[in-house]
Amino acid sequence: MFRRVESMRRNTCHRIPRDKLLRTIWFVGAAMILVVSGGMTSAENASDPTAVKSEDGKYFDKDGNPTFKVAADGTVDWYTYSGYRRYHSECHVCHGPDGMGSTYAPALADSLKTMSYGDFVSVVASGRKNVSSSQENVMPALGDNPNVACYMDDLYIYLRARANDAVGRARPAKKEDKTDAYTQAENSCMSRK
Amino acid sequence: MRKVLFATCLGSMAAFATGSAVANDELIKMSQNPKDWVMPAGDYANTRYSKLNQITAANVSKLQVAWTFSTGVLRGHEGGPLIVGNMMYVHTPFPNKVYALDLSKENQIVWKYEPKQDPNVIPVMCCDTVNRGVAYGDGKIFLHQADTTLVALDAKTGKVEWSVKNGDPGKGATGTSAPLVVKDKVMIGISGGEFGVQCHVTAYDIKSGKQVWRAYSEGPDDQILVDPEKTTDLGKPIGKDSSLKTWQGDQWKIGGGCTWGWLSYDPSLNMVYYGSGNPSTWNPKQRPGDNKWSMTIFARNADTGMARWVYQMTPHDEWDYDGVNEMILSDQQLNGAERKLLTHFDRNGLAYTLDRTNGELLVAEKYDPKVNWTTGVDMNKSSPTYGRPKVVSQYSTEQTGEDKNTKGVCPAALGTKDEQPAAYSPDTQLFYVPTNHVCMDYEPFKVSYTAGQPYVGATLSMYPPPGESHMGNFIAWDNKTGKIIWSNKEQFSVWSGALATAGGVVFYGTLEGYLKAVDAKTGKELYKFKTPSGIIGNVTTYENGGRQYIAVLSGVGGWAGIGLAAGLTDPTAGLGAVGGYAALSNYTSLGGSLTVFALPQ
Repeated sequence: MFRRVESMRRNTCHRIPRDKLLRTIWFVGAAMILVVSGGMTSAENASDPTAVKSEDGKYFDKDGNPTFKVAADGTVDWYTYSGYRRYHSECHVCHGPDGMGSTYAPALADSLKTMSYGDFVSVVASGRKNVSSSQENVMPALGDNPNVACYMDDLYIYLRARANDAVGRARPAKKEDKTDAYTQAENSCMSRK
Repeated sequence: MRKVLFATCLGSMAAFATGSAVANDELIKMSQNPKDWVMPAGDYANTRYSKLNQITAANVSKLQVAWTFSTGVLRGHEGGPLIVGNMMYVHTPFPNKVYALDLSKENQIVWKYEPKQDPNVIPVMCCDTVNRGVAYGDGKIFLHQADTTLVALDAKTGKVEWSVKNGDPGKGATGTSAPLVVKDKVMIGISGGEFGVQCHVTAYDIKSGKQVWRAYSEGPDDQILVDPEKTTDLGKPIGKDSSLKTWQGDQWKIGGGCTWGWLSYDPSLNMVYYGSGNPSTWNPKQRPGDNKWSMTIFARNADTGMARWVYQMTPHDEWDYDGVNEMILSDQQLNGAERKLLTHFDRNGLAYTLDRTNGELLVAEKYDPKVNWTTGVDMNKSSPTYGRPKVVSQYSTEQTGEDKNTKGVCPAALGTKDEQPAAYSPDTQLFYVPTNHVCMDYEPFKVSYTAGQPYVGATLSMYPPPGESHMGNFIAWDNKTGKIIWSNKEQFSVWSGALATAGGVVFYGTLEGYLKAVDAKTGKELYKFKTPSGIIGNVTTYENGGRQYIAVLSGVGGWAGIGLAAGLTDPTAGLGAVGGYAALSNYTSLGGSLTVFALPQ
């Protein structure tokens, strides 16, 4: 539909083609719902966000979940920075600036204190309804939206950093460079219709 | 299906044939009775002015709460009730309940309407599940539900007389705005600018609900209902394909230009007036061209929908400055001549005064001195850029480019004013305008379109203008000179519609929840009362049993509830800064209620 779809520079983050990614997300989502209903949510919650390894600019904690890395001088990893931008395009119209919440959607900077990576991906991809006589909160399913699905880890890493007070409420001033691997993955995820 | 089509033709034929103006005559007469409040803005001219004068600048300080009513709904309560004789009609946000209260029987609930709607529409609404109110006409109450169902209810019983679907929420179209009844038609716009909806205003027959005309904001001439020869833009015919020429390829099909603001009507000219919203996406690089007719004031023939004139305020929008705010119609002397004027306070920070008969641009001035993206509108009629705003390169998100952060743009995307309507008093010839005083950083980037999914394409952060900590002003404006007469600071954006009265008092609400009364001449605060929740509703007045009442919905939310709930950030504070400015959540909490005031007996 758009003139430069093929040459979009700045899109995506995952190395898997989008349809495969979406399928993966749905599968993970389904699996995690079972886990949640099994009452095992807290297992991962208190996990240490410290980055223990990195691969192409993406950091992981000791459990292998994506995490942030903030250097002593405040330089943030690329994913945290990218997540900041994507959050303030796709998420903030409901969840408020900087993950601080709005009058009707929860503060994700708080939610991510107790929400696991799997739960996060599941809820973002599949949505969630919390409708009762006193409230009508509905999170849409965003798994089909490449502007969100291709940036799932970026969003998670940014919000995890917010939840751990590793980044503040302002735009991160300094960031690591975007890697070639990231750029390639982004292009492949976003350019597939 | 054939039957439906046949009936549609018949419906529109009947409309033209009889030219039935019964509902219109009734409404014009009712709107002249200051005891009632029969349309969303009080009158067709959208003045929000009442001739009631029992409450005056001298006695308003004695105002008391007369009665209250809980709507039973949380989230943002925009708009205000209608009053028709002894009946009051109160609407709510999703699930879009309507209550009919009998004012002569201690406000008993006569009937209640609550539609069943798929809750999946909730997250498709960009900025809370607001609704800006119902319309009355021909013994019916018209409601535009969140899921775009336009429903006609028997005003006496609440029984559904007909309903029609005005759009597809599966593609991001939703209903938030108030309808307007004109002659034998009910007119309604649609929301969905953040979802790439090709938006429109549609007129339905009030008896049957059959569509009479639909005018899109962008597209081929037969869809946007223009005549290349007779429809004018600043006095000149707009020519063929005026919209298509300003979009790349078929981007107009997901072009936005949504119509979620207010409608006005001039019975003597038989024209309806409204504005269109932002072009989709928020990333200007992705949609080259002027993107006509987004960000445009339309004047259309009420019977046919054919546009008489258009004026695009913000060609090729780069900041999300929707042009949907209300058009206020007034008859005033300008430079010694009696003029039929249209005054509009745009999101882009400019207040426009036009001749509403022909769209001639008379005044265009900033109504917040902090507005910096433009140096003003080119008013030289012989200039090739006549009527266009002169954009300051530093604040052009198009020129700064994709993936780059344009800093310090004033106003922010929520505009110097959003949907919260201003009031006009013919006594003072001043406009009373609730405003936002907020700036932003804006970074556009590429997004891809998926039907029914958000289609935004920019990151933004908002904060008060540098060196200031208040985020709103309530101002009095002279539309003839383009000057602020007085300005009251408010801690938060003023997100409530104003009311002007013959008693010399102007009313508005604040996000903390205060209903305030100020002197129309000086702006001096005369009274305030803190209602149960923040006010984003519009102030209304009516008379019943010989007493003048002031009514307002409270219930914080809307776009104001997003950005301000947690407090805005100070972009210069750096890492670790906690909200540099006041957080609304420290002042008020959710909950819909109507508070009604009167003088003690």
